[in-house]
Amino acid sequence: MINFSILSLLTFLPLVGVVFILLTRGNEERVTRNSRRVALYTTIFNFILSIYMLVNFDGTSADFQFVEKTEWFPALGLSYSMGIDGISLFFVILSTFLTPICLLASWHSIKTRVKEYMIAFLVLETFMIGTFCALDIVLFYVFFESVLIPMFIIIGVWGGPRRVYSSYKFFLYTLLGSVLMLLAIIWLGMNVGTDIPTIIEANSIPFHVQLWLWLAFFASFAVKMPMWPVHTWLPDAHVEAPTAGSVILAGVLLKMGGYGFLRFSLPMFPEASEYFAPMIMWMSVIAIIYTSLVALVQEDMKKLIAYSSVAHMGFVTLGLFTMTTQGVEGGIFQMLSHGIISAALFLCVGVVYDRLHTRDIARYGGLVKNMPKYATVFMIFMLGSVGLPGTSGFVGEFLTLMGAFQVNTIIAVFATTGVVLGAAYMLVLYRRVIFGEQKNKDAAAMPDLTKIEYGYLVPLVLIVLWLGIAPSYVMDKVAPSVEKLIGQYEAGLTISKGGK
Amino acid sequence: METITLSSLIPIFPELFLAISAMLLLVIGVLKGNSSTRLISWGSVIAFAIALLIMTKGGIDTEPALNNMFVQTSFTFFMKLLVMAGLITSITLSVQYLYQDNIIRFEYPLLALFSGIGMMLMISANDMLSLYMGLELQSLSLYVLAAIHRDHIKSAESGMKYFILGAISSGMLLFGISLIYGFTGSTNFELIGTTLANELSLGAVIGFVFILAALAFKISAVPFHMWTPDVYEGAPTSVTALFALVPKIAAFALIIRLLFIPFASLHDQWFQIMWLLAFLSMAVGAFAGLRQNNIKRLIAYSSIGNIGYALIGLVAGGEAGLSAVMVYLTLYMVMTAGIFGIILCMRRDGYGVTDISDLAGLSRNTPWLAYPLAIFMFSISGIPPLAGFFSKYLIFQAAIESGLYTLAVIGVLTSVVASYYYLRIIKTMFFDEPDDKFDSTIESSRKLIIGLSLFVVVGFIFNPSPLIEISANAVRGLF
Repeated sequence: MINFSILSLLTFLPLVGVVFILLTRGNEERVTRNSRRVALYTTIFNFILSIYMLVNFDGTSADFQFVEKTEWFPALGLSYSMGIDGISLFFVILSTFLTPICLLASWHSIKTRVKEYMIAFLVLETFMIGTFCALDIVLFYVFFESVLIPMFIIIGVWGGPRRVYSSYKFFLYTLLGSVLMLLAIIWLGMNVGTDIPTIIEANSIPFHVQLWLWLAFFASFAVKMPMWPVHTWLPDAHVEAPTAGSVILAGVLLKMGGYGFLRFSLPMFPEASEYFAPMIMWMSVIAIIYTSLVALVQEDMKKLIAYSSVAHMGFVTLGLFTMTTQGVEGGIFQMLSHGIISAALFLCVGVVYDRLHTRDIARYGGLVKNMPKYATVFMIFMLGSVGLPGTSGFVGEFLTLMGAFQVNTIIAVFATTGVVLGAAYMLVLYRRVIFGEQKNKDAAAMPDLTKIEYGYLVPLVLIVLWLGIAPSYVMDKVAPSVEKLIGQYEAGLTISKGGK
Repeated sequence: METITLSSLIPIFPELFLAISAMLLLVIGVLKGNSSTRLISWGSVIAFAIALLIMTKGGIDTEPALNNMFVQTSFTFFMKLLVMAGLITSITLSVQYLYQDNIIRFEYPLLALFSGIGMMLMISANDMLSLYMGLELQSLSLYVLAAIHRDHIKSAESGMKYFILGAISSGMLLFGISLIYGFTGSTNFELIGTTLANELSLGAVIGFVFILAALAFKISAVPFHMWTPDVYEGAPTSVTALFALVPKIAAFALIIRLLFIPFASLHDQWFQIMWLLAFLSMAVGAFAGLRQNNIKRLIAYSSIGNIGYALIGLVAGGEAGLSAVMVYLTLYMVMTAGIFGIILCMRRDGYGVTDISDLAGLSRNTPWLAYPLAIFMFSISGIPPLAGFFSKYLIFQAAIESGLYTLAVIGVLTSVVASYYYLRIIKTMFFDEPDDKFDSTIESSRKLIIGLSLFVVVGFIFNPSPLIEISANAVRGLF
């Protein structure tokens, strides 16, 4: 076991990096170089630390581990309490893993205000890890909502031509969802408590209140996921954000919504979840089919991947609200796998965007001739996104659909068509970019992957394949917590039914 | 009539001290003329600092002074503390500005000093008469301050507007007081309270509504807010800072004392009025601010909206609600001090500029102004982990505790709307192409104020308890 506060260390270590960056002095070139390095070393060290945590994590236990608790706001009963279980464990790892990759991906593409950029990413990492570790709802909200600040700046300062519009839309949309959740959190704090495990154990909220609270939490998480029909901020944000911004957005921020459903909606409001589950599942199916169709006709590479994200997150919500073991495990796995694959796809877009400065699919073509290595890497991620067996994408989709079939066959059938559509748009994208004739000279003259690009793409390839071939390493650690979650959910249902 | 002894005057010592210092400084000013403006400014700051010390020594919950016209409780203590801190801040902020904009008048700090005495008297008032005297002393000083740049047409206009509307509200106040006196036979808060609790007459209710309307004008709650944007925009910026920082806090303190001491038995009546005022203020503050291009007008609408949030706490009532109001007002004052510290630095070629577009690209040419302002803006729109989030959190918590769900939902929704215009300032500073640099001569006292408020806004999350406990303690002095 680890006998120091590893979660706090993980969370706040990036801020130490910020302090060092702020202390760098000298001419601009030197500050730029130093801040890049400091940020990278900090995040890599943080990643290593998180691996150390993973190794020490007791995969057989469903309890919260590495728990820390100190008083923070005694007058209001709030405490600084952190801890992780099998559900949050891999989201923390995902955050620490993707942040250094993002910094590498922006090594050359970000040339202006590098110092501020690095600070924004480090601060973002702190808030992301904090969100997944917080065990006090108010603390959770503080981290969850703080994420908006660095992300707003990242999109707005280093984004594309319509960055201002997109950053506003991102900020206001997400804020609107979250403030309603804040009221629900306050209600919970007043009436039940703010400690997450205590609220779940107490299980004492009457049904009609559950409905309201569930809806308030839903407003926030549905926007964050994003679920159809509140997904419209996502394509805008993705298109305008710099590559690394898109990576973090797709890789981690969207998962906060799914994590929220798992941590709050399902165990705290089981009856309301059961009540709303058909609605959610239908919304998920609509999301899967509708956004897949939309993705088919996109001409902008990033927009296409953004819509595909919405479709993939549809599988997640579908799986979670089946409340079967396979469905929930599949949903979690799908989130992790999508976190890696969509991040990788955005990085792949970034690679060609850095060379040609356009995301227009029609401007590319025949890249296999001049960028064979790129074509190979892109193919693996494309197949992962399609859900080919042997990649991580397959496991998640398969499990969620298996869960869905147990609950509602019609929904499952419709959702399965989404897999076909997913294959369609990804293959079309791949064919148009990689194969075909080389129409444009500038696209034909692009050099293949650089060393840095290798550096961040190869680990992703390995993980996609590893998770696809041997998902059990992750699944074994997730399973006890999922069992516990389902147990709590069912206990909540039986207690209330017995009481009626 | 009891005789006045020196010991019976202890609670009012700070005010007496300030009045005497004001007279002495006035004499210096008259003898030495406008060249002594700086001296008198710092003199006033020191006078406030000493008055603070005297007040701390005097303690709380002493016997009422001056024939039960004047009280000192933990509540008035806390509020007067805020008022004095606010005045110290705004006078400090103004010194350099006065010289830059050539408003070198020794009356300026003195008027601020007199208005401060007025506010303190009105917070501690325990009688309608002392209330009215305190209120008029502060109002008259502030009217003159608004128009102090008398060669400047906007300043003169804003002073005039403020005076006319303010005079109407004073008239309403007096009318209300006379009705209350007529129907209860007393001007003393406690006596009014007991009389009204026994027998509620329609005339007293009408008088009460008049008083409330007059005070709503002072805190610029919608629909009594019309003067605020014009006065904020027209008055010299340092005066706007003073308006934004202090008088509303004093007026709010007075409203709280009136509602919970003499008019406590009229709770059902004022509950509806305050509910509506809170709702309208939040809505107007959020929506009307969206299209403003002048940063001073924007802050005016923002202050209207923020009064709306503070009013939620008041409507919620109880210890939780009122201490939330006090935390809210305190943190609002801290943020406003920082914001005005920065607005006062917006000068090009020797002239002050106040358009939002003048901030364009500030993050690139003057990052040390842009970053604090961005943090204040995020904070005032209620984004964690900054202090503004916690003040809103407490307000909404109080609202939910008292079952004011509608008001709470309206509150969070309008806060999202309002966050748009705060974001606009951040967007202008960070996303737009840089304009010319601002003049860079900035006094260290102003930097100190910006730094202190930044420290509070960022550091509040680490130790929020002291302020919350002090506020809760202060509120207990009210009941």
